[in-house]
Amino acid sequence: MQEITRETPAIELSDVAQRFGSYTAVRNVDLRVEDGEFVAVVGPTGCGKSTLLNIIAGLRAPAAGEVRIFGEPLSGLNRRAGYLFQQDALLPWKTAVENAALGLTFAGAPRTEALARAEEWLDKVGLRGFGDRYPHQLSGGMRKRVALAQVLIMDPKILLMDEPFSALDVQTRQLMENELLKLWEEDQKSVLFVTHDLEEAIALADRVVVMSAGPASRPIGNFAITLERPRDVTEIRLTDAFLEIHREVWELLREEVMRAHGQA
Amino acid sequence: MDRRKVHFLQLALLLLIVLGWEFSVRLGWVDAFFFSKPSDIAVRIFEWFKSGEVYRHLWITLAETVLAFVSGTLAGVALGLWLALSPVASAVLDPFLKALNSVPRVILAPIFTLWFGLGMASKVALGFTLVFFVAFFNTYQGIREVSPVVLANARMLGASKNQLLRHVYLPSATSWILSSLRTSVGFAVIGAVVGEYLGASAGLGYVISQAEGVFDTTSVFAGIVVLAVFVVLLDVAVSVVERKLLVWRPAPGQEGGTV
Repeated sequence: MQEITRETPAIELSDVAQRFGSYTAVRNVDLRVEDGEFVAVVGPTGCGKSTLLNIIAGLRAPAAGEVRIFGEPLSGLNRRAGYLFQQDALLPWKTAVENAALGLTFAGAPRTEALARAEEWLDKVGLRGFGDRYPHQLSGGMRKRVALAQVLIMDPKILLMDEPFSALDVQTRQLMENELLKLWEEDQKSVLFVTHDLEEAIALADRVVVMSAGPASRPIGNFAITLERPRDVTEIRLTDAFLEIHREVWELLREEVMRAHGQA
Repeated sequence: MDRRKVHFLQLALLLLIVLGWEFSVRLGWVDAFFFSKPSDIAVRIFEWFKSGEVYRHLWITLAETVLAFVSGTLAGVALGLWLALSPVASAVLDPFLKALNSVPRVILAPIFTLWFGLGMASKVALGFTLVFFVAFFNTYQGIREVSPVVLANARMLGASKNQLLRHVYLPSATSWILSSLRTSVGFAVIGAVVGEYLGASAGLGYVISQAEGVFDTTSVFAGIVVLAVFVVLLDVAVSVVERKLLVWRPAPGQEGGTV
């Protein structure tokens, strides 16, 4: 095993491509996420953002190119990554606390210990006292919190997030974004956060990568976000520095959005 | 909607049917030979239970039903699991299963009697062939319908093949299997009763068949009533099990409720 240093990126894609039948979703993708870096990927709908995450998670092998995780070529599932899905991914037949404990259960932890740690994590994501509810008895925001606890309890080095908050209302969403930043600042995981919302991307990330419109989309822009931390996602949106970055990135993104809509 | 009002109307409707039948016969509008009448039927059922002769038949039919139900469900679930998780086996066996399932089961009864004799085994076999396919198709469907996102999530959290089966596939299939249990119980009863009807020495189907042989319509209807109550009781038992095992499922119209 290679030693993990600052120089070894957490995620490194070189010339990655993915095809579904005759449709080329992404092509010529080069992407690096440094250890401890929070990178957001934005792009118009259908630009293959989720495809990239699935490749990095190891759920789908790329049609071409290479994926390296902390310097090692990825084969099979990515054991260093936690994945927060866009859709509901909780097991509907397990309670909130059982869902949060799922990874520990799979790893063979004793039931009482797993459940106790899951309770602690539910507490951390603001769900104290909701452990015995089933997913259908929770609101959308609460289900996302359980999903977050379910992923973070495994303490992954890499966090993959696929528009995790897109189904939430604006207030809940900003609350969740702030909590995500707080949790991230505790132990600085490497995060790849995919979204179509540019404001969300800038407010959260150290770096924003812009994808071109599909098919055969690829990264076409790379913007360092130098806004100081810790941030409050609601307030930071109103600062001049934020607006300036937003204007700059939007200039590039707008064209791609127009192209995506032109094809639809 | 007022529940008491509904119950009252249901009772009124029942009374209307029973009294209408009773008086149509008493007033000579229809022939008691063909239709018997509710009071005679009630007396006949009472006599059966008083003399205790019906218990033996009920017991036989119940045993056949339960055996067919349990064996059919177990075998169906096992095959459903295997085929749903093994695409090759599924592709190979698909036409055979479709062909077998298209055979009307009643015509198998004589051959089962030939193979397994006049006793319980031939009835269990008939019920088995009915229950098996219900359980099989529902298990298969239940496993195929597992949400790919839920599956990917469990895999990312480190689930092994066995753990996927235990924590994801089986619970998902369980809801399908349970919702098919009532159909299965119904089929198990059909297997038992039709089998008895066609050749047996005991059981409710046999009682009805014997009564028909001597044009005893009162006993035929009495047998039908006892059978109907028997099935309703089994159905209630299944609903209780279903509710116990599916606490995680939202009640209709309550999907994703906010708390």
